Amino acid sequence: MPQITRFPQTVKGVSERLSGFMQHLRHNGIVVNIPEYQLTLQAFSRLDITCQRDVQMACKAICVGRSDHFEKFDELFNAYWLNSGSQRFAVTDTASNKRKSKSIFQPGVNESLQSSEHGDASDADSNSEDDAESAHSGEGRLIASTIKNIEKTDLREMMTPENIQKAERLAYQLAAAMRDRRSRRRRAARRGAMLDLRKVIRASINRGGEPFQLYKRHKPDRPVNIVALLDVSGSMTVYAKVFLAFLKGLVSHDQRTDAYLFHTSLVRVSDALRDNDSLRAVNRLSLMAQGFGGGTKIGTNLQRFNRQYAAQTVNGRSVVIIFSDGYDTDPPELIGAELQRLKRRGCRIIWLNPLKGWKDYAPVAGGMAAALPWLDLFAAANTLDSLRALEPSLRQI
Amino acid sequence: MQSDLADAGYIASDELSMALHLSQQLERPLLLEGAAGVGKTEVAKMLAHLGSTRLIRLQCYEGLDASTAIYEWNYQRQLLSVRATAENKLTADQVDEQIFSDKYLLRRPLLEAISQTQAPVLLIDEIDRADEEFEAYLLEILSDFQITIPELGTIEAVTRPRVILTSNGSRDLSDALRRRCLYSYVEYPDAKTELAILNKRLPNIDQQLAGQIVGFIQSLRKEDLEKNPGVAEMLDWSAAVAGLGIDNLSDDPVQLQATLVCLLKTQADIASIPAEVTQRLAGKAG
Repeated sequence: MPQITRFPQTVKGVSERLSGFMQHLRHNGIVVNIPEYQLTLQAFSRLDITCQRDVQMACKAICVGRSDHFEKFDELFNAYWLNSGSQRFAVTDTASNKRKSKSIFQPGVNESLQSSEHGDASDADSNSEDDAESAHSGEGRLIASTIKNIEKTDLREMMTPENIQKAERLAYQLAAAMRDRRSRRRRAARRGAMLDLRKVIRASINRGGEPFQLYKRHKPDRPVNIVALLDVSGSMTVYAKVFLAFLKGLVSHDQRTDAYLFHTSLVRVSDALRDNDSLRAVNRLSLMAQGFGGGTKIGTNLQRFNRQYAAQTVNGRSVVIIFSDGYDTDPPELIGAELQRLKRRGCRIIWLNPLKGWKDYAPVAGGMAAALPWLDLFAAANTLDSLRALEPSLRQI
Repeated sequence: MQSDLADAGYIASDELSMALHLSQQLERPLLLEGAAGVGKTEVAKMLAHLGSTRLIRLQCYEGLDASTAIYEWNYQRQLLSVRATAENKLTADQVDEQIFSDKYLLRRPLLEAISQTQAPVLLIDEIDRADEEFEAYLLEILSDFQITIPELGTIEAVTRPRVILTSNGSRDLSDALRRRCLYSYVEYPDAKTELAILNKRLPNIDQQLAGQIVGFIQSLRKEDLEKNPGVAEMLDWSAAVAGLGIDNLSDDPVQLQATLVCLLKTQADIASIPAEVTQRLAGKAG
């Protein structure tokens, strides 16, 4: 059932209505608390609150804290104050609905509603997803069915909570292996290889120039930040859950990690993944992933990633991990060009391809072949063990 | 606020003007985000100009620490002073008092900002480049406007500076910092606003040419560029075009192409806008 926000007619007075509005914002993913509420009331006392535009702008400046909420706010504001309850921000309650409105779909919004509505149904959903997959379009379909026949048994095995936990722990280890980086610069520290001469002299001033206490400097850690892009198209469905758990392990370990899902479009899921209950987070994500069906557009999505997110998240200290089988409906040149562009940011790119684990696999699929020159590491990832085997090579990346 | 800014030569959107107004009224810092070149830094300059106060600017960079941002003792002077007064037989306390006094304190931007008699505008530029530790440092200053120096005690703000923080989004800022600030996202201006900006800054420009320039820039931003031209680039280019005596963009293709160095800042961008594309854009803009 889509929830409709109605202006609470029974409520009197600005402050009560405003607190209702704050609740409305919280429901829609904008976190506002008592300080914001107080600040807004303060602001109202200094404004002409009969002017709707002023009030709207004031609320916006106070309540919004990040750029993706900035655009959303106006809709939410109108939905609440102008009593047009139906305008409430895209409640995507069914899969078919989601497919239609994918452009407005935002992670972190209404997930709690979704998961509470679908929480129990999600496992059933993921089973029926195999049937639904025949409706998916694009090249992925044929290949997916071959894999499914071979992999079905160990997939079912992998979906148990223990295995999902295992995947998460593994991700944690791998992330730790990759993060371990030392800087060339030095900083003051309690222990270290070099003397901090400046500090020593400064401390010696009040002891008559005697270097009484020696201060040291050391090379600080410069951790790598990880950006993960997971392909959840039809051909990857069998691996999606485990990879999602893996992604969750990466993301929840560290604030800097960023995660995205893609198939025909790209969704940022880092926030959704930072859910304390791993199974719930994974289920929630599977739901998101199911919503859009169809083929893969790796090239287009990389392009979108480059344009929208790369500037903020990818720098010389980043490692971009792409989980995909490389079957693409875009022209292969696009993947090559976009990877090159991404590479120019100085990051390292790892491509984990579940198919590579198969006997006699060669990266002949057009997209994969075009991508190869830009990859720092191209490795198999079809079982948890093969992921574990990555650790030594990730250390060197 | 909007009209005040406009008088000073800055055309601001409704959102931005309200955010600025509130940050003044509620004495809260304002966090501005947006692409490079949309005029975030310019806002602070204009505010300082409007209030005719000082602009104190702290440019953030990776590795910025408290000693370069807040305060530092002038060690060399302290040392010299200790040596010079060594014969005077001062007691330890007296020496201490002497060298840890205001005289030996090097004021860095943040300390400077809170010790002005007339509230200045404090611009903390590109906060996303600074380390997270520094961000944590800022929290104390932004919420209480006081700085603790162990040897001197806590220095309270004489006046509250108006704080503007800018960020290009090269790193996600912490929620704690976001919570303490008002927020506004600065977009590239639309055609009308951009025309107004152009007219404000280059009042002598020919109206037809101005229209063409704005149309050209607007459609150039829709092309697939690595670095979109910002407002500052637009103004540079307009000055270049006007300075070369071009009256109509479609008049002299060769010269027009040559002036694009003001707008396109990477090799790939220059390659992706050949003369034909320039002509198409110029044709549309006219």
